[in-house]
Amino acid sequence: MSKKDIKKVGMLAALANPTRFMTLSGTLLPWLSLLAALFVAIGLYLGWQAPEDYQQGITVRIMYIHVPAAWFAMFSYTVMALSALGVLVWRHPLADVSIRAAAPIGAAFTLLCLVTGSLWGRPMWGTYWVWDARLTSVFVLLLMYLGIMALQRAMEDPARSARPVAILVLVGYINIPIIKFSVDFWNTLHQPASVIRLDGPTIHASMLWPLLVVAIGFTFLFLAMHMMAMRNEIRRRRAASLRKAGARGKSSAPTTAVLEG
Amino acid sequence: MMALLIRDIKLGLRAGGGALIGILFYLAVAAVTPFAMGPDLNLLAKIGPAILWTGALLASLLGLERLFQIDREDGSLDLMILNRHTTSLSLVVFTKCVAHWVTTGLPLVIITPLLGLLLNMDGAAIGATVLTLLIGTPAITFIGAVGAAIAVSLPRGGLLVSVVILPFAIPVLIFGVMATFGAVVDGAPFKAPLLLLAALTLFFAVLGPLAAGYALKNAGD
Repeated sequence: MSKKDIKKVGMLAALANPTRFMTLSGTLLPWLSLLAALFVAIGLYLGWQAPEDYQQGITVRIMYIHVPAAWFAMFSYTVMALSALGVLVWRHPLADVSIRAAAPIGAAFTLLCLVTGSLWGRPMWGTYWVWDARLTSVFVLLLMYLGIMALQRAMEDPARSARPVAILVLVGYINIPIIKFSVDFWNTLHQPASVIRLDGPTIHASMLWPLLVVAIGFTFLFLAMHMMAMRNEIRRRRAASLRKAGARGKSSAPTTAVLEG
Repeated sequence: MMALLIRDIKLGLRAGGGALIGILFYLAVAAVTPFAMGPDLNLLAKIGPAILWTGALLASLLGLERLFQIDREDGSLDLMILNRHTTSLSLVVFTKCVAHWVTTGLPLVIITPLLGLLLNMDGAAIGATVLTLLIGTPAITFIGAVGAAIAVSLPRGGLLVSVVILPFAIPVLIFGVMATFGAVVDGAPFKAPLLLLAALTLFFAVLGPLAAGYALKNAGD
């Protein structure tokens, strides 16, 4: 998790050049995708081998998707908030690309988390949905992702939408601690944290290991998808600026495409 | 600042201001719900506070785009942005929010007792709804200032503001309705949600104008 952030700050200046980013991400991407597929496959296999819960039976296996999806729903937003700082403080040219790339991925993880949670809730709680504090705050997170995406698409010029979107992302970050601690503040239906807690995990090792392997797989999955989406976005912007230059006439067309924003 | 406050309130109360539209929308929500729910007076009395809060939230969202739109159209917003070194932009936004709330939020609070009577609510429930709306609606305006500032340069940003702002307004709605029910239903907490509602308003009174001022500064084109 933190490795990427350290890398990001350390290589901040180097990656400001989109061409360098494209070269680096091009070499990293196959390895990241491979690792993601490997870890997710192993983790899910282990999860299938893990013992069934004495109360929940086979439905406990939904947890191996649900919990990592919930973690990465929040992690994507954290990446977006850090990138928003990158936009506002360091004016890093790729930070806005990173926000734009992470938003749909985060929305997908949030949706995955909500859907798997509902499927688990039907046999266990007897209902697909309750207006419990954690469910509601994750639902609000999904709304926020969609709002950010709507705002990004409402402005045509990425150079102008970068700062308003970054401000919105930062203001919205207050929801993340609310989600994390909602099960402690309001004692409602959703069970409290059992993996990341101060006095160590309360979940048995036989179930914890598959969960962690899937989580590692999701980390690589997120990195790979994020990088892929960033590359697409950079190409999209290059194409847009080339089109603009082409419309202006041949004489003004740049010899090499540059990234706008 | 006083001059700006008085100017904005006067502008808001003029015929072109959005105050009346907000009230009419609020009235429409409260009037349509009984048709949908059926005219069961006991049921209406029970869910009345929730209906009024929903209506007030939607009516507040409706008028938010006007917060900066008119000033942008006649150019005074650019003057405010240029003057930001003498008068802090956050302070200007704060003043505009207060004026906006006085012209759109306060009228909603004032006609709430009337709508409460239509929904068969008793005195305590009406009083609690008025009190929570009075404390809670400023928070919606302050949150909305961020959305309005972000969308100010968009040609059709009106609906977008509501969509972007809604997730942030949900806690206000939750604690507002919770406190109202606490005043009516025995055993439900009243003081804690009311204090949390007040805390939300104070929190967004600081965060909203700061973020909105920053967004406005960058919106200049």
